[in-house]
Parts: sequence; structure tokens; C-alpha cells
Amino acid sequence: MSVWRGLVRRPVAMVGLVVAFAFVVVAIAAPLIAPYSPQEQFFDGLTLEGAPLPPNERFLLGTDLLGRDLLSRMIYGARTSLIVGLFANGIALLAGTLIGLTAGFLRGFVRSILMRATDLMMAFPALILAITIAALVGPRLEIVIYVIALVNTGPVARVVYAETTSLAEREFIAAERAIGAGTARILFRHILPHLLPILIVWGTLGISTTVLFEAILSYLGVGVRPPEPSWGNIVFDGQSYFQTAPWLVFFPGFAVALLALSVNLVGDALRDLLDPTLRGRH
Amino acid sequence: MPAYLARRLVQAALILLGVAAITYLLLYMLPADPARMVAGRSAGKEQVEMVRMQLGLDRPIWEQFGSYMWKLLQGDLGRSYLQRVQVTELLGARLPASLLLMVGAIFCELVIGVTLGMIAGLRRGTAVDQTLMVVALVFISTPQFVIALSLLYVFAYWLGWFSIGGYGEFQHLVLPSLTLGLLGGGWYARVTRSSVIEVLRQDFIRTARAKGLDRWRIVLVHILPNAVLPIIAMVGIDIGYFMGSIVVVESVFGWPGIGQLTWQAIQQIDIPIIMGVTLLSACAIVLGNLLADLVAPLIDPRIKLR
Repeated sequence: MSVWRGLVRRPVAMVGLVVAFAFVVVAIAAPLIAPYSPQEQFFDGLTLEGAPLPPNERFLLGTDLLGRDLLSRMIYGARTSLIVGLFANGIALLAGTLIGLTAGFLRGFVRSILMRATDLMMAFPALILAITIAALVGPRLEIVIYVIALVNTGPVARVVYAETTSLAEREFIAAERAIGAGTARILFRHILPHLLPILIVWGTLGISTTVLFEAILSYLGVGVRPPEPSWGNIVFDGQSYFQTAPWLVFFPGFAVALLALSVNLVGDALRDLLDPTLRGRH
Repeated sequence: MPAYLARRLVQAALILLGVAAITYLLLYMLPADPARMVAGRSAGKEQVEMVRMQLGLDRPIWEQFGSYMWKLLQGDLGRSYLQRVQVTELLGARLPASLLLMVGAIFCELVIGVTLGMIAGLRRGTAVDQTLMVVALVFISTPQFVIALSLLYVFAYWLGWFSIGGYGEFQHLVLPSLTLGLLGGGWYARVTRSSVIEVLRQDFIRTARAKGLDRWRIVLVHILPNAVLPIIAMVGIDIGYFMGSIVVVESVFGWPGIGQLTWQAIQQIDIPIIMGVTLLSACAIVLGNLLADLVAPLIDPRIKLR
């Protein structure tokens, strides 16, 4: 609970937590909160010339190029962002932990193979790889999730590996071995609990990385495919009109930034509180 | 040192070969047909097969792979499917624009990051420090395309100081560099702040203060050079990250560099170009990391190259 108390004492981190939580609530309760359906095209949603409407009383954030309510689309877009943030980040965390843990604890052949593999993964230009795969396989939500998970696994594996190797050298692990504890017991009862703080920190910061990644892929048109709303693809659709209809770019753009920022604020505070290598330095 | 360097270079070469092999096999396993793309949407079945033969895509995948890797070892990246030009030539033609952008971006990153980080670190714990760190986090959390479009809207459209997109004059360089510079500047600000705090705790700073040295002299002569060293190592790692960012930034600003070439190639399934860019980026990442490792002992003499 000391972590919670530490968070409460940091007003900036608490603001981040509240905002991030608000995004989650909005995403879950989207059908209840959204004033209209995200797909409905309104006859009065466009001007007589067929241009989108700026924010007004009926459409709070204005309408898009097809006369759909921007606010409703953005509320459903929060779902897309958070689903990707949750799953892509979850898969990367799980796979990265498995690789890092195995490589850090086992010696010899398996370790060198796994670590050379992560070396290789780290040398890949992540964004270019992700864009290419997403473009060639086709814009689908699952693909976006897998691709983002793939490029985020390497860094997690690296960190877990470094932590595990230093833990494996410690006396209490040697003592466990001496009393005859098996590998599985040492790994899951002794090493993994010590990794928990660093996993919480990386898990939190990873949400913002994956959310930004999804936004970039969708913005380039290789992520989530319209009419399924995503903050990135709303900007993609609206950007050629951004001089006359800036709300189509700025509202969804700021939504991405706000979500990523609030998650980062929480993750940063957690890192200060939990990361043993930083303790007492800030 | 020479032995270390030699070993690292051999390692780097092996990693690059690995990247080449994996990317190649990955690209050909994906369900996309370059032959259909080259032949065009209206082409009949026979035409598509003809193109497939011309491009050598009808051969077994292992034969294609073998000949690609063999040519790669000789420095030949093959020919673009659509533009029918050597990939090395295309990359060479686009490289200067991207390098120019990179120089601009690194300049902005350093100026923004070091300034914010120095101020925050020197005023550690104050409201100024907290505000600046949140600002840095805002830069880090905002997707490049949002920064790019915001800068375009404010400075190009609204204020009219710069033209929207374009290449060739100094004014065209400002906004794309700033876009990349704000993002990187956020990271640099955080690192600079930590390292300023670290330097401030050292004995030589206390000595300098005790000697009664001028405050500015301490900041500029004693703190800045020591605090900035970790940043130099970071620039090395940054070069690799940069290669990804330019795909987005160059496409927003219409900057005729590698990023734009990549984006076009991806849309046209022009695999030789995608391969070439991936390898070029991997090269940048590997060499950047090597550079960072080589600089590390200069920063902290306790670190030994092994």
C-alpha cells in the first residue's frame, strides 16, 4: 500500500490516474455516453455545400466529412485505443518476460540463442517493420495488435533479462539452490516476485507506447480500417481539410496525446516509487 | 580497443545479415502479391504471370532468397519492381534530404532538451522543475503527426510564417525539424535533468562553489559539459529511432527523403526498396548503438569495453 500512498502524495500523478481512469470508463460505457451512433450520417450534419460542421449545440465537437458526430466517433475510438493498449501491451509483456526470464536464468546455449534473437529484434526498425507488415497483411485490428506486440517484446525482454541475471547471482538464490529448490520453484516463487515492480512500471509505460503506435498506424491508413472509428484514422480522414475543418484533426489528436500523457504520468511516478535502481536518486 | 572494435563490427555484420534474412522471408510469406501490383489492377491473369516471370518471382522462394543474399554480400540491393532502377541509386538520391532533416532534428532536440533539462535540474524540486518535466512528457506523449499538423496549422496556415510543405529552402526545414526535435527534446530534457542532478552532487561542484566562483561560470564550465555527455551517447541510439519517425514526418510535410520513398514503396509492395530501407535503418541502429557504447567510457571511466 505504500505505493498507493506514494501516488496520492504526487498530485500530478493522481491527475494522470484520474484522467486515464476516465478514458477507461468512457470506453467501457461508450454506448451509454455517446450522444449518437458513431456510424450514423446526419442530413443536418453537413452544410448546404456539403462541408463538415464546426462544434455547435447539436454536435458538440462538430461533424466529420460524412456528417457523422465527431464526439460519438471519438468515444468509440477510445475503445479501439484501449483494446490495442491492453492486448498488444499484454502480449508484449508476457512474451518479453518469458524470453527475458528464460534467457536470464538459464545458462549456455539457450541463453545465447535467446539473447542473440533479442539483439536481432532490437536492430529492426520497429516502425518501418510494423507499417510494412500491417500494410501487406491488411488493416485489421488483430493484425495491428500482433504487430505492435511483436515490436514491443524486444525491449521488455531486455529489461527482464538484465534484472533476472543480477537476481540470479544473489545469495538468497544460491541458498535456495543449496537447499535443493527446483528451477521452477526458484523462478516463480523467488525471481518473478522480485521482477514485479519493474513489470508494473513497464506495463504501465507500455500502454502509452502501444496507444501511440496504434494511432500512428491508423493515421497512415494501415491500422484500424474505417468505418470502425479510431483516433488515428479520424485524423487520417480529416487531414486534407485541416485548414477549413481543424477540429477533425485536433480533437482526436489531442485525445491520443492526453491518454498517452496521463498514462505516462502514472508510469513515471510508479517508476520513481518502484524501480530499485532509482531509489533515493530523485 | 582495436580488437573490441573488430569484434563489434563482425557482430554488427552478422546482425545485419540476420535482419536481411528474416525481413526477406517475412515479406515473401505475407499475403501480398507484388506481381499483381506491378501489372496493375486491370491486368489479366496472363499479364500478371508475365510480370511474375520478369521479376523472377516464379522461381522457388529458396532460390530467390539465395540469389538475393548472394547479391547482398556484393553490395547489390537489387532493382525496384516499379521504377526499374537500382535500389542503391534510389536510396543514394534520397539520402541527402533525410540527412539534412536529421541534422536539423538533432540540432532542435539538443537545444530544446538541454535547455529544458538544465533549467529543471538546477531548480530541482521547484514548481519550475515540475512544470518543465510535464512539458517534456507532453512532447513525448504527442504523436508526431499531431505535432506536425499543429505546427503547420499555427505557423504555416494561421501566422503564415512558413509555407506548407516544400523542399529546397531553409524555411522548409524548420517545421519538420521542430516536429522531430520536440519529441526527442522531451526525452533529452529528462536525461539532462537527471544528469545535472547527478553532477550537482559531485565534490568538484562543492569545491567550485566554495572557491566562490561565479554562478554562471559554474553552470557553463563545470555543470554543462559533464551533464551533456550522456546525451551524446543518446544521440547514437536516437539515429535508429529517427529512421522510423521520418516515414510519418516526411509524409506529412512532403519531404523528398528516405521516409517518403519508404512509404511509397510499402503502398506499392515494392519489396526491394522496402528491403533496402530496412537494411539501411538496421545499419543506422547497429552503428548508432556501437557509437553509444564507444562514447560510454569517455563519460564514465569506470566503464570498460569488453
